[in-house]
Amino acid sequence: MNKLSLMGLFGLVIRRDLMLAMRRRADVLTTLIFFVIVVSLFPLAVGSEMDMLRKMAPGVVWVAALLASMLSLGRMFSADYLDGTLEQMLLVPQSLSILVLGKIAAHWMLSGLPLVLVAPVLGLQFDMSGQALLILVLSLLLGTPVLSMIGAFGAALTLGLRGGGVLVSLLVLPLCIPVLIFGTGAVIAVTSGVSPASNLSLLGAFLLMSLLFAPWVSAQALRISME
Amino acid sequence: MAINWFKYAAPSSFYGLAGKLVPWFAWPAAILFCVGIYIGFFVAPTDAVQSEAYRIIFIHVPASILSMFIYLIMAGYAALGLIFNTRLSSMMATSLAPTGALFAFISLWTGALWGKPMWGAWWVWDARLTSELILLFLYLGFISLQASIEDPRRADRAGALLAIVGSVNVPIIYFSVKWWNTLHQGSTVKLSGTSMHISMQQAMFTMFAALWLYAIAISLLRVRSIILERERNSQWVTEIVEMKQ
Amino acid sequence: MLEVKELACARGEQKLFSDLNFRLAGGELLQVQGENGRGKTTLLRTLCGFIQPLEGEIQWQGKSINELDEDYFANIVYLGHLNAIKDDLSALENLRVSSALSGSTISDSAAIAVLRRMGLRGRETFPVKLLSQGLRRRAALARLLINKAPLWILDEPLTALDVSAVGLMQEMIGEHLRNNGIVIFTTHQPLEVSGAVLRRLTLS
Repeated sequence: MNKLSLMGLFGLVIRRDLMLAMRRRADVLTTLIFFVIVVSLFPLAVGSEMDMLRKMAPGVVWVAALLASMLSLGRMFSADYLDGTLEQMLLVPQSLSILVLGKIAAHWMLSGLPLVLVAPVLGLQFDMSGQALLILVLSLLLGTPVLSMIGAFGAALTLGLRGGGVLVSLLVLPLCIPVLIFGTGAVIAVTSGVSPASNLSLLGAFLLMSLLFAPWVSAQALRISME
Repeated sequence: MAINWFKYAAPSSFYGLAGKLVPWFAWPAAILFCVGIYIGFFVAPTDAVQSEAYRIIFIHVPASILSMFIYLIMAGYAALGLIFNTRLSSMMATSLAPTGALFAFISLWTGALWGKPMWGAWWVWDARLTSELILLFLYLGFISLQASIEDPRRADRAGALLAIVGSVNVPIIYFSVKWWNTLHQGSTVKLSGTSMHISMQQAMFTMFAALWLYAIAISLLRVRSIILERERNSQWVTEIVEMKQ
Repeated sequence: MLEVKELACARGEQKLFSDLNFRLAGGELLQVQGENGRGKTTLLRTLCGFIQPLEGEIQWQGKSINELDEDYFANIVYLGHLNAIKDDLSALENLRVSSALSGSTISDSAAIAVLRRMGLRGRETFPVKLLSQGLRRRAALARLLINKAPLWILDEPLTALDVSAVGLMQEMIGEHLRNNGIVIFTTHQPLEVSGAVLRRLTLS
């Protein structure tokens, strides 16, 4: 019996999930459109005064990104759970953590990365400066993978439960607060003339920490939910 | 006299023990509560800066400390249940959660009541109040996760994993909220500069002990009903029910 | 060799069975019987390692499956109630993905040969969602033919299959047993495998 290498498994799962997503492109777009709409609602609700919008921009973009990534969590495991392929994945003769990491990576490429790419355009709606936009993109680039990882844990815990979609937000959102604080903090720092380095390095630390623990914890959660 | 403690790890024997223990915690809790209120309201002197309003800390501070403490104990019990597969520990975790959530809520409520005379606003985004709010969210997440899972074994284990991840996150959340607070120059809740009067300390300590004993008594009561519910198909529960009739 | 010792399982707080003992060597066929709700599926899922038993132990080649962990999974193929195929992919793509996940690579021609044997000739590259229930089940069963694992655990493999597919299934099981494989299955339909002794385990 030849064993699949860890990298082989990681790549295979990503390719599989991307291939499946390409068969249903609309799903990927809905998350993105949701993000764009939520961000655009704010000026309509609070008024179009430029000074205020500039001040609000990092918070608005980050909160919208947080909500959009919650919205897409349902796709992470539940489709595979419903058709039985998740069961087969649990029987893969290789580390389940790596398999979960592959699924998280694919989920981020499909829901996190598009947000990062669109964010600067939305930032322009709020009259953000070029430097602030750059830091916004950087902070999202470091932060959205963490959201996907924490989200994977919540999605695994609530697998197959009634009202799982709302429940998962209830579990996951409080755990995401540090990411939100330092993500917006980085942009606020640069607009008030302070170096955003410490905020960004803390975000980087969160990313490393969740890379270490989240796949394993989510794998355990999956095993519990599949019992 | 040697007591075989392992005997009480079985839910059926713990049911009886818990029943006997409840009054030993409930009565002292009630007495200490009255004593604490008396000292707090009638013995402790009026604060120079905050006048009478400060007296709410005799409930606010013990409730805040306990709400955080109970979360850790809950996570500890849940972890024990997950690792050693001891059902009683998982049931203890489940029975502690509502009490912890209640204390977190009391802490927020009294914090708001205190805030009004202090800053003229019911809610200020103070670091500690904000952390307490997030802690309440964590409790609510734990309770709703367990409530929405029908299989008790999965509920125990999923809740345990969430509680462990939550307790690892609590310090990170606390630290980041504090950072955020200094960034936005929020207000910090502090007693006026002078050191606490001895009777204030007494009142605080008595109330803390009272709430602690109350938490133990109520969670023992609650774990008794959880045990009955989970073991309703077993022989000993049927016997108890028949005896009562 | 699979050995089950003193096994007890529960669903929720309700005990399903206890003191279950059996031992299966290469070439043996075991049918798990019992009325609905007696725990047939629970037993099969426990044998796969999805569920931790209440008491007792399951051993593969003399080692506990908890110890073996991932290495045990290399020895089993599980077919559950759900087909475990993706509707958006074709039967061929499904087969390639599941074979890759189990650690073996399969050439397109070999995969197509397997699908043709399963009666999917001409439909290999259709998205599975366009196929009928029976054909989907056939596409799922194709997994058995590409996996080299010795232990087959089949939960109601004959669901939705027509007469010819049932015959094919019997043939496949017979081949697997002759290759020193082990098959554990549940079914509500008669299943006869020529040249094999059928052992029965009744849960009550």
